[in-house]
Amino acid sequence: MTHDVTDPARAVPGHATSGTRRTASVRRAPGGTKGAGPSGDTWRKRLEILVFVTPALALIALFVAWPIITAVRFSVYDWKGFGDLTDFVGLENYAEVLGDEVFRSAVAHNAVIVVGSILLQLPLGVAIALLLNRRMRGQGLLRTIIFVPYVLAEVIAAVVWLQLLQPQYGFVDALTTQVGLTPPDQGWLGTPEYALWIVLLVLTWKYLGLAVLLFLAAMQGVPEELYEAAQLDGASWWQTQRQITIPLLGPTMRTWAFLSMIGSIQCFDMIWVLTQGGPANATATMATYLIDEGTKRHNYGIAGAASVILFVIAFAMALAYQVLVLRRDTQDDTKRYTRAESALVGTLFRKRKAA
Amino acid sequence: MATVTLDPLAEPGNGSGGPSRKQRRRSTFGGGNLWVYLIALVVVAITVGPVLYGALGGFRSNAQLADKPAGLPDPWVWKNYAGVLNNPSFWQYALNSTMIAIITTVVTVVFGLMAAYPLARYQFRGREALFMVFVLGLLFPAAVAIIPLFIIITRNLQMANTWWGVALPQAAFALPMTVVILRPFLMALPKELEEAALIDGASRIGIFWRVLMPLSAPGMITVGVLAFVTSWNAYLLPLLLLQDKMRTLPLGVADFSTEHSADTAGVLAFTTLAMIPALVLFLAFQRRLVSGLQGAVKG
Repeated sequence: MTHDVTDPARAVPGHATSGTRRTASVRRAPGGTKGAGPSGDTWRKRLEILVFVTPALALIALFVAWPIITAVRFSVYDWKGFGDLTDFVGLENYAEVLGDEVFRSAVAHNAVIVVGSILLQLPLGVAIALLLNRRMRGQGLLRTIIFVPYVLAEVIAAVVWLQLLQPQYGFVDALTTQVGLTPPDQGWLGTPEYALWIVLLVLTWKYLGLAVLLFLAAMQGVPEELYEAAQLDGASWWQTQRQITIPLLGPTMRTWAFLSMIGSIQCFDMIWVLTQGGPANATATMATYLIDEGTKRHNYGIAGAASVILFVIAFAMALAYQVLVLRRDTQDDTKRYTRAESALVGTLFRKRKAA
Repeated sequence: MATVTLDPLAEPGNGSGGPSRKQRRRSTFGGGNLWVYLIALVVVAITVGPVLYGALGGFRSNAQLADKPAGLPDPWVWKNYAGVLNNPSFWQYALNSTMIAIITTVVTVVFGLMAAYPLARYQFRGREALFMVFVLGLLFPAAVAIIPLFIIITRNLQMANTWWGVALPQAAFALPMTVVILRPFLMALPKELEEAALIDGASRIGIFWRVLMPLSAPGMITVGVLAFVTSWNAYLLPLLLLQDKMRTLPLGVADFSTEHSADTAGVLAFTTLAMIPALVLFLAFQRRLVSGLQGAVKG
């Protein structure tokens, strides 16, 4: 790790811009570092970097890297938690996990949550953000309120919803009865056909606030001139939103969707409290599966294999998304604005010609 | 997640207040017609309805709840809340949650700022590679490591059922995000201050403590609040590592709701009291938290 800095004066980045200041620090600095020569200073700097970075790296090595390596090791042994890792089974655990009906359905449930969250939250989030972006009374308060569910712990949200969804005596059942529908005997969460969808709705309730917040922030980054231009040209509110605001929201939507996917793929807390993965594994996810195998049945090899598969799926998904969707956002911001602007000018021009 | 967070435009410390907010007041479309308010009202009702239901349900008796699930307290019953507040376990859980969140936050912020400092302000070969280590850390979901983490902490480190045993891994998982948020923040601080301190003979470490630490306070508050709220709300790791007297509030809430499943009013009171600290913290630091989240995603 040799580096380009030999004298302390140049250790200040961007220093060369000012000639006078440079001479000043060249004169002063060597005294400040106790007369250490160029190489001594290099060592000193390396030591400083080491001192600053080591605590964080050590924690990550100990509590992130080591466990992940251990998960991979567990995955090739049959181990119940006693004695040493001796019973090497190769890829048998993987075969068992992938052949397990419960795990395969768990992957499907994760997929439903990943896709369903985006399909529900994206249109709702944009609609609510558009609404909140209008000038209205109590706007600040509204924003705060919308964000409240996101701040609550998933567990707390889940326990409240568990009470609301109680069979017969719960609020939701009372409401459905009043509307004239008959709620299922086992309750919404106790019926395999409904449980996953109810979980998805509760997750939407919990996380919609984040989508709204991020979309709103992006909307407020849209230059005011664009709106003024649109208004001068007589564009209606809806035209303006469709032609200007929503297209400019693209990058934020794509990034938000990515975060949402990463969250959905490891979904655990909400489900564990609402259903424990039941009824009859109807809401099991990869995370509940591996916790179940690891803590309740002490099948550490199986849990390890499931962890590795979860990681591979999450990683492949992230990579595919980066390559297919997010890549276009790496170009700089200005291009997008000009593109939208030129599109706007184009439409307005055409309109004026037609008139 | 790399592109999310590598975005150099991310400026989490740039609070949403200040002049930019005023400039961007929507002057063009003032659309406060009746329909807009009506839709807003529905959205608000769905959003806070469940929370209010919990808070009000805590003031009702179980008989009231069973009789009219959608009613208001009539008469108001105080014994549910009183019961929770007189329950020593509740305070024990609250203490555990607080201590674990404080340790997590302090470790995350201090270690994160320390790591971000050379990554932002030093020129050295391998700097970007070192930064990539932190970015890669973002890619590992905690669920992947959770079972081995449980074994390592219980057996190898003998830290099961302790505050530190939960706080340190939480800090480790929060660090990548913290470094990724703080680095551009530190990079954006003016270089002149550092140069001036160097001229006055301060050492790099002295500069870190006396110049950069105070200047990066807004960034530290942002990552600190994020770390605190994440720890306060955490469930999975405490679930595996903490038992009995060492449990945190989310565990306490979940266990209380299964142990007293017949006592709906009691569960609602317990849950409502447990959500207050996170809500208060959010309201107090709303701007910071929100700008931090936006900074991480800014498109």
